[in-house]
Parts: sequence; structure tokens; C-alpha cells
Amino acid sequence: MYKVVKNEMISEGIYLLEVIAPLVVKKCLPGQFCIVMANETSERIPLTIYKYDRDTFILSMIYQVVGASTLELTSLKDEIYSVVGPLGNPSELVINVDTLKNKRVLFVAGGVGIAPVMPQITYLISHGVLCDLVYGAKTKKLIILEDEIKKIACDYVIMTDDGSYGKKGTVVDAMDNLEKYDECVAIGPVVMMKYVSLKTKDKVPTIVSMNPIMVDGTGMCGACRLIVDGEVKFACVDGPEFDGHQLDFDLAIERMNIYKTFEGRKYLEMLEGKTHHGGCGECNHE
Amino acid sequence: MVVVESVIMNKVNMRTLDKNTRIYNFEEVNLGYNKSEAIKEASRCLNCQNPRCVKGCPINIYIPKFIEAIKKDDIKLAYEIITENNLFPGICGRVCPQEKQCESMCIKGFKGDAISIGSLERYVADEARKLDIKTILKKKNNGKSVAIVGSGPSGLSCASLLAVEGYSVTIYEALHKAGGVLTYGIPEFRLPKKIVNKEIEKLVNLGVNFIMDAPIGKTLSIDDLRNEYDAVYLATGAGLPRFMGIKNECANGVFSANEILTRINLMGTNTPIFSGKKVLVVGCGNVALDAARSLKRLGINVTIVYRREEEEAPARLEELKHAHEEQIEFRFLTLPKEILVDGNNITGVKVIKTIVECLEDGKKIIKEIPDTEENIACDMVVMALGTSPNPLIKEGSALSISDAGLIEVNESQTNLNGVYAGGDAVTGAATVILAYEAGKKAARKIIEDTSI
Repeated sequence: MYKVVKNEMISEGIYLLEVIAPLVVKKCLPGQFCIVMANETSERIPLTIYKYDRDTFILSMIYQVVGASTLELTSLKDEIYSVVGPLGNPSELVINVDTLKNKRVLFVAGGVGIAPVMPQITYLISHGVLCDLVYGAKTKKLIILEDEIKKIACDYVIMTDDGSYGKKGTVVDAMDNLEKYDECVAIGPVVMMKYVSLKTKDKVPTIVSMNPIMVDGTGMCGACRLIVDGEVKFACVDGPEFDGHQLDFDLAIERMNIYKTFEGRKYLEMLEGKTHHGGCGECNHE
Repeated sequence: MVVVESVIMNKVNMRTLDKNTRIYNFEEVNLGYNKSEAIKEASRCLNCQNPRCVKGCPINIYIPKFIEAIKKDDIKLAYEIITENNLFPGICGRVCPQEKQCESMCIKGFKGDAISIGSLERYVADEARKLDIKTILKKKNNGKSVAIVGSGPSGLSCASLLAVEGYSVTIYEALHKAGGVLTYGIPEFRLPKKIVNKEIEKLVNLGVNFIMDAPIGKTLSIDDLRNEYDAVYLATGAGLPRFMGIKNECANGVFSANEILTRINLMGTNTPIFSGKKVLVVGCGNVALDAARSLKRLGINVTIVYRREEEEAPARLEELKHAHEEQIEFRFLTLPKEILVDGNNITGVKVIKTIVECLEDGKKIIKEIPDTEENIACDMVVMALGTSPNPLIKEGSALSISDAGLIEVNESQTNLNGVYAGGDAVTGAATVILAYEAGKKAARKIIEDTSI
């Protein structure tokens, strides 16, 4: 059991979860993730690290409710059953920060992908790296952390699909003058990372951070398999960062959908009770 | 009486759940002996002067002696004899491949059935648990501390020996529940979790401290532990699943046996489990059979494909027998070549027939028979091809690892001072009992080295 300091909605369906996890906070670096379990019988959910405070041992993560497992997380008040980490490898740019002084990095964040981007930008800027940010979401309500973004010394553009805030369009529409960047980091929905990588191909080396379905997060289950440059990789131990120009995004998108029906049904059950049990003839739920 | 019984050639078979109804639940298949069955089976033992069975046991339990105690219905004595060498008889009695160990050496086996040593060990463990017999006396705390990485059989055995000797022991576990493969891997119908939990409880009662959610190499490094403890034992097992490297192996519906077993055994009812209608399980070891029989219990039609003959299958004999009874289909001498897909969903597996050829040096090689390809229809594939050691443990340390990923040791000692290793992490995937023995061996070495 770990103490929950905060678990509050910061925007529609998006929550900030803060827990006290000394072992994780002592070791973690930007780019790594944790696996959390709401209760003893809950699903293990990988969440990227948003913030960590080595003095108070508070670990912050941001999550969006997308199914039954994340909906269950929202009910936590005082304690969370399990927080494991830091898992995966720290961001490549963080590890190689010494070689990046005065270089310019373009960060592209989509949706809650802004959460893992923030500690990376903060870290790089504090080490003399120049950073720009393109941040997009579907609509105004889903834009989060803008006050935090304003605090860091980087140029940023906000995009919304419907134009309700910032500029109208996708993050890819806002990616210009690519020749001035030495590196690009894209974190967000897989389909967004795919198109960002297509745009930067042959122009800017691009790192994407993958967050596929996982069970243990230590290399044991193989659920998080991805194909990178024709080779099978495990996101949990080999990643989560990969070369965006080598990754098979279409496969990754398909693999994300394996349990969608299961999670969706359970989500509806949690909201509406057991009303979804086959009366429609479209499903065979028992 | 004893003389008459000892000439009986046929063993007393353990009662099992009905094969037609058990495939709808996860209850333990073997029901164990009752008293009269146990005494009857024990009475077949000749109590040999030079007992070969003891040599066949990796931890040399004095088998005839505990069987003698069963004959006299002295459970306490039998339990004491077993626990001199083995603190977890309830587990080993259930999962050891006895037909390859103690029972393979039994003299009765030459002309009839070997004594059912495993079943008798299990009987003693279960009765002792019912009677709440305790044998372990803990020595006074000696002020020394040991960190153990991994709470599987090897870690647990090392911990038990050290705790009894007065060491302060802390076990670090990467998952949220203790037990390693005993918890996430072996299914309930073969090893009930209440048995495993009871054994873990014994260690808690001995003062062993468990820290969950701590994958070493990530949360802490070996060096961190080395700074805090007098010795460190690495029992991280072999958990990394292998895949075949054939086409479409990342399609939706292809799983490692580890993922399937972990979801069913460890995660339980709230976790999503992909439910196909027909699954092909590739491999024929215990893990393959565990996955196959678990999926059968979820109502899925199961076929096992194995590139060798049944006689060569590494699984325990009893598991093979139970799998056959449970109408799991077997395709021996069959090798998957490609997973067939429609979009990203599986429609079948293309296989080819194989032939096993004996080389002059006795080695057996597998050859594909040309023009024997066929497609087996299925919508789910589970790979159970064995596992490799956990890759995380070495991170942030100078631990010496072989090209095969195994931790290199010399008499349990790794290249790092005060750091020991054993079990599957050192040998590659093996059995519970060998991991158990490695844990004990390391404990003895730690005791020796820290007593100087």
C-alpha cells in the first residue's frame, strides 16, 4: 500500500495522481514509467512519470479515463495497492544530455502525452539544451498543464483539432522549419507519433515513447512486443523509447486494440450496472 | 501384514477429480491419499538397506525413513524427517518430476510400479498442515542481514535456511505477490495457492521481511543492496519468454504462455483474457501443459503442437496423462512455420511434419519432412518454448553474465564480493526442486562466508 496525496480531476476525464513512493522517486529519471494497481485484484496499468520530488518522495502521474481499469483508479482516496518502478529506460536525450548543449530539440506532445514530455523538457533546458514544444489535443477542454508550460523557457504552440483553442489543426500541421532541429521527441497517441515520424523522416532523428499493453513491466509476459527495424522488442525492457523511423506503427496500433471490447464492456458495467449482457444480439457477454 | 503388502506390484493411484467435470473449474485435480491409502502405498516400500531413491532425490530426503513413519501412522515423525531437508514438501510433492528423480530409481519400479514417493510426501505435508505441526526452531538473531532477490522457490529456500540460522532476511519481489513461478506460473489446479501462501506464511513467522513491487536492477541496484546487507542472494529465475521468430508472431492473439498464466493465476478475474475458440499451444513442457489446461478450463479448444515425440516431452508424466484425459489434442512431430492472418487476426498456423534422427553421438536432431506442410485452423496461439533469465538484474552493476544471459557463479558465488546467485537465473529454466536446492546451497555458502 502506498499513500495517495492527491487524485483529482484536472480536466474532463483527466486526473492527476500523486503518491508517496520513496523507492521510485529516489531512482527515477525523465522518460521512465511506473505500473500501478488500484486494488489487489486490479489490472496493472503502466503510467508515465510526470513529476518527482526527491525531498518529499511525491511521485506524480497523469492519466486519462479510457476504460474500466482507469475508471477504477479515479475512486482511490487514501491508498493505492501497488506502485512499481521506475521501469523502462530513462530518455535517451536525458542520458546523453552532455552531447546536446546548445542543440535544439522539438518536442511534440499529444493529449496526456504532455505529462511525460514536461520532465524531459525541464531536465534538458536546465542542462543548456534549447527546446520547442508543439502540443495538441482534440479540443480546448483536453488541454492541460498550460500554466506549467508557461513557466518553462521554451517556445510553444498549442493546436486543437476543432480550433476551440490555440490554432486549428493537428500537431503535424504546426511542425515547420524542421531543418533547425537536431532531435525530435514525440509522445502521444500512437497514430500521432506515426504521422510525426513520417513528417520528420530523412530530416530530423525522431524518438517516440511507446506505452503498449503490459502485465509485469519487467520483460516477463511479452505483451508489449513491438517490431522495430524488423526485430521484436519489448517496450518495457528495451524501451519505452524507440526510433520513430524504424517502428512498425500500424502493428502497434492493432496491438493496442486487443482488449478494447473487454475493457469497454467492463467500463459500461461499472457506470451502468450489468445491463450489457447480450440482449442486443450483438454481443455474447455472459 | 507389511510383508504381504510389499509384494504388491501395483501402486495405489491417487484419486482425482472427474475428468469430465474438472475441465469446468480450477480446483486441484489430484485429491491426495487418505490415511488407509497412504499406509497401503507406504507398505509396498521395501525399506532398502541401500536406498537408491535417496540418491535420485536432488536434495537427498531420507525417503525410506519417512515412509516407515507413514506405515506407523506417525505423521509428526514423517514430517520431521522430510523437513530436515525440505521445508516445502507440500509444494515439492506436487510439482517435482518424481518419475525422473526418486521414483525412477526405486527398485520396485523394475518389475512393477515404483513407490509413489511424491504422493506420499504430499500426504505427509497435507496432514501435517491439518495437524498444525511445527518443527522449525529459530536460532537467536546473529546480527547479520541478507537480501534475497526473488521470492520463487530458490529465494524461499535460501531465506528459510538463513532465517532459521538467525539471519535477518529481506526478500525483494518485482511483482505484487510473493511466490515467483509458484504464484504466477503454476495453476491452481496443480498447486493450490493456499499451499503456497501457507509456506510463505511460515517464512513470515520466522521473521522474514518481504518487500513487494521492487524489481532489482530498476527500483534498487545490486550495489544498493550490497551497501545495506552483509550478503545478497540473486534468485531472479528465468522469466523472459522466447518466441520462434516466425512470420506474424506479433499478430493479435499470439501470446507467451507466461502472459496467459500470469493473467489467469496472478491477476485473476479483473484482467482481460483473450478468448479464442481454438488455440494452438506450441511446446510440450510443464509450462505448455499448464497454459493448455488453463485455457481448456476457460472453454477453449486446445491443440498442443510439439516438434518431437511424446516420449521426449519435458513435461511431468502425470501432467501429460491429465492433459490427455482432459481431451487436449496433441500433434507430435509437428513444427509451426508461419502464423496465418487475416488483417491482424489469426486464422491458423502453417505447420510441417518433422522426423527425429539419432546422430552417432546419441544426439537427436529434428528434420523437416519436405512437402508435408498443412494449415491448422485456430484463432489463438500460445508460445511455450522455454524462458531466458531476467535481463534487469544486472543493470547498474558489474555482475558477470554469460553470453546466454545466465549469471556466472563459482559455488554460488558471483564475481561480486558478497553477492551469490542460484536457481534458474544461473542454470536456465529448470525445475522447482533444483532451484530449491540451489537456494539451500547458497544459504550454506553465505553462512560459511559470513561466519569468518
